[in-house]
Amino acid sequence: MLSRLVLRAAPAALRALPPPVAVGVLHTTRPLHTTQQSLAPVPPLPEKGGEVRHGLIPEEFFQFLYPKTGVTGPYMLGTGLLLYLLSKEIYVINHETAAAACILAVIVYGIKKFGADVAAFADKLNEEKVATALAMKNEAIQTLQTAIEEEKKEQWRAEGRNYLFDAKRNNIAMLLETNYRERLLMVYNEVKKRLDYQVAMQNLKRQKEQDYMIQWVEKNVVQSITPQQQKESIAKCILDLKALSKSAHAAV
Amino acid sequence: LLAAVLLKDMKLMDVKLGQLGSWLAMRDFTPGGIMGAVRRGYNRYYNKYINVRKGGLGGLSMVLAGYVVLSYVWSYSHVKHDRRRKYH
Repeated sequence: MLSRLVLRAAPAALRALPPPVAVGVLHTTRPLHTTQQSLAPVPPLPEKGGEVRHGLIPEEFFQFLYPKTGVTGPYMLGTGLLLYLLSKEIYVINHETAAAACILAVIVYGIKKFGADVAAFADKLNEEKVATALAMKNEAIQTLQTAIEEEKKEQWRAEGRNYLFDAKRNNIAMLLETNYRERLLMVYNEVKKRLDYQVAMQNLKRQKEQDYMIQWVEKNVVQSITPQQQKESIAKCILDLKALSKSAHAAV
Repeated sequence: LLAAVLLKDMKLMDVKLGQLGSWLAMRDFTPGGIMGAVRRGYNRYYNKYINVRKGGLGGLSMVLAGYVVLSYVWSYSHVKHDRRRKYH
C-alpha cells in the first residue's frame, strides 16, 4: 500500500522537476506517434488490371496515339512495322516461323474456348481465400467483443466490493462484541468471588464470636453454681415433682 | 504558377527532348540505383496487371511476348543465315 502511494506521487514529483532533468529521466526527446499512419487501413485491391488489347498491347498506347492518328493509327503503325521487318528480313521466315504459327494457333484456340471457365474457377478459389480471411477477422473481432463484455461485467462486480467490506466489518464487530462480553462476564465472576469471600469471612467471624460468647457465659454460669445451690435446687425440684404428681393423681 | 521542379526529379514523359541527355546523365547508375530502378519497374508492372482481383490474360502474355522478342533478338546473329536474299 505504501508502494502504491509512492508510485502515485512519482509522476507529480517528476513533473515538478525542472525540464532538463525530467527529459533525462523519461528518456525521450520528441513525441512519438503523432502523424497519421499511412498504411492503415490498407486500401483494397483494384478490381481489374490495366486494359490490354489483343492480349499484347496496353491500352495506354492506343490512347497515346489517338489524338494525332485517330482509331486506326496504331493498326497502321503495326502493319507498317510488320511489312518493314519482313521486307528487310529483320524477321526471317524459316521453319521456326511455321512452328510458332502452329503453336500460336493452338494457344489462341485453347484460350478462346476455355478462358472463361478457368477464370471462373480461379475467381472461386480467390473468393474462398478471402472468405476464410474475413471469417477469421470477424471471429477475432467477436472474441474481443465478448472479452470486452466480460471485462465490463467484472468491473461492475468489483463495484460491489463495498458490500463485501461492510459484511466483513460486521463480522469483526460481532467478534469484538462477543469477546468483550466474555471478558465482562469473567470480570463479574471474579469480583463476585472476591466479594463472596469477604462476606463469608465476616459471617464466619461473627459466628465464631457468638459461639465463643455463648460458651463463655455457659462456662461461667456452671462455675457459679456452688454445691450448696445444687443441693437446694435438687430439693426444690423434688418438691415440685411431688406437687406435680399430687396434681396428676388428683386429675386422674 | 508552376512550381520549379528539379531536373532530376522530373518523370521521363515530362522531360523535353533537348534535356534528355542531361536527364540521363543525372540518373543513378550505381548498382544500388540500378537495383532500385528494376525493383520500381517490377512493382509498377506487378501492381498494375497482376496484383488485382480479376487479373486477365494480358498481364502474363505481355511478359511472355517480351521474352519471345528478346530471345529472337539474342539469336538474330544465328537466324540471319536463313535469310532468302542476301541484299535487301
